[in-house]
Amino acid sequence: MTLIPSILSVPPSPGVTARCAEARAIVLSNMPVNGEYRLLTLDAPAEVLDCAPGQFFQLLCPVPEGEHPFLRRPMSIYGYDAHAEQLQFLYKIAGAGTRGLATLRAGDTLNVLGPLGQGFTMPDAWQNLMLVARGVGLATLAPLARMAQQQGRSLTAICSARSPELAMSVDLFRSYGAEVIVVHDEDGSSEVPALEALIEARIAAGSVDAFYTCGSRRLLTMLQRLGQKHGIPGEIAMEQQMACGLGMCQACVRPFREGNEVVHRRVCREGPVFPISEAIA
Amino acid sequence: MSTSDLSVKVGELTFANPIMPASGTFSEDLSDVFDLDVLGAHVLKTIMHGKRAGNPTPRVCDLQGGMLNAIGIPSKGIDDFRDRMLPYWSDYKAPLVVSISAHSMDEFARLAAEVSLPGVAAIEANISCPNIEADGNAFAMRPDTTAEVMRRLRAETDLPLWAKLTPNTGEPVAVALAAEAEGADAIVTANTALGMSIDVRTRQPRLGNVMGGMSGPAVKPIALRMTYQCAHACRVPVIGCGGIATLDDVLEFLIAGAAAVQVGTATFQSPTVMARLIAELSDWMQAQGVTSLGEIIGSVQIPGGEAA
Repeated sequence: MTLIPSILSVPPSPGVTARCAEARAIVLSNMPVNGEYRLLTLDAPAEVLDCAPGQFFQLLCPVPEGEHPFLRRPMSIYGYDAHAEQLQFLYKIAGAGTRGLATLRAGDTLNVLGPLGQGFTMPDAWQNLMLVARGVGLATLAPLARMAQQQGRSLTAICSARSPELAMSVDLFRSYGAEVIVVHDEDGSSEVPALEALIEARIAAGSVDAFYTCGSRRLLTMLQRLGQKHGIPGEIAMEQQMACGLGMCQACVRPFREGNEVVHRRVCREGPVFPISEAIA
Repeated sequence: MSTSDLSVKVGELTFANPIMPASGTFSEDLSDVFDLDVLGAHVLKTIMHGKRAGNPTPRVCDLQGGMLNAIGIPSKGIDDFRDRMLPYWSDYKAPLVVSISAHSMDEFARLAAEVSLPGVAAIEANISCPNIEADGNAFAMRPDTTAEVMRRLRAETDLPLWAKLTPNTGEPVAVALAAEAEGADAIVTANTALGMSIDVRTRQPRLGNVMGGMSGPAVKPIALRMTYQCAHACRVPVIGCGGIATLDDVLEFLIAGAAAVQVGTATFQSPTVMARLIAELSDWMQAQGVTSLGEIIGSVQIPGGEAA
């Protein structure tokens, strides 16, 4: 696959700020982080590094032996640094695409398309932020911690996992000044009733202006309930099977509440970040 | 700079080059990636008259050498086309081809009349989508229904009218001749092939619609065969479509007799592919000393004469 420069002589559609390129990146490292996750670090051209937290890339994954991933695979951005020209993805090996990614070695090339979609917003009224996510969903929220620190917001990160040692991004969240609370399945602290009581206590103490979450249907339902009860807004990054990632094919729609109507929105284009109140679990 | 002439004629229309998108794989969203005016033409996703939600998810799945889709033509309807899409596309130089479809002949004919507006260069009649009727049924499955729908459309529009055929028919030449006889100005070969995939773990179909249209490199030989058959049988030009991803793929379809080609699924793998193919075709023509694509189109050499 050869890289051709992107030409942007056409203004983007009204209300859409996405701007992206198909580019060739070079693998700097591709290392296991713990028993479940791997961290891919790429040397990427500046034209794809004007990213926002919550945006994603479409990766043209290498073909692992005996398998044939055809479509690109959407992957949340874990880290980006335009100065260092670096781009990072945290992934769990789950299918043919991620098995292909795991075969990458330093020096290999990877065709990336991005950054794509609409990222998280952080309105001024949202001073005390609470992030609640589980597993690899925490990777999607990792860049949000840096954004919160840069904008001088206080952040509490509730990191859920099967066991304490599998809780992702804990050190990263702490390095950006977040308060980290790890909840896990082994002591039941990750169960919805326990989690809900924990968050209720924080709300009672007056320290939650907005929620951020990712993926999990269980957490979404809980945050919608809490949000409605206490008038707390928030945003969720959602997933759906994709083909093009740009908005052309309309494969990745999900239903959303819009007033009294239920409408379809494209996760790749109008999302992947949506208001928690409009999402349907 | 290139001095090769990449222009092609499709009936009365002249395109700056033979590369255009396949309907359903193209929208204004691609303008984020490259300048869409480099394309020979713009072919929009099929419009239906009213608003439609489309099929349940999952709407796509991966295959070896391709993909299945059952998007189901979500459509914002004719009003959105007239009020929003047409003004947007009118700012481009590349001619605009509007794909339309309908469940009934009456609705199809009415839509053909309604989209015949200034700024529209041609209508592509999608008489072949496998995802809107049960079991992939479509007008282009049979010559008689093809003839009837094309006759109705022809009566409603003076614009160039293209008929997009399906590989799911057992009689592609008879269908193409029926379309031509009823006034089609070009034949597009072809839409997706009806297929299916099952997840063996869950034993569930991998598409929400159970069946869907197969596209990508795996279907290329079928589309190429239909292009060759129709180019031989018909007087009107044929536009090749199916699995085109490389310069050699483009050349294969042109040699088989296609006057132009549509690129679809390849754009999902590499959104810059169409811009790259145009540049590669120009370079190839210069390197080969080919001054006009007329030298290439239909130049297939069949040893011992023409195959039937």
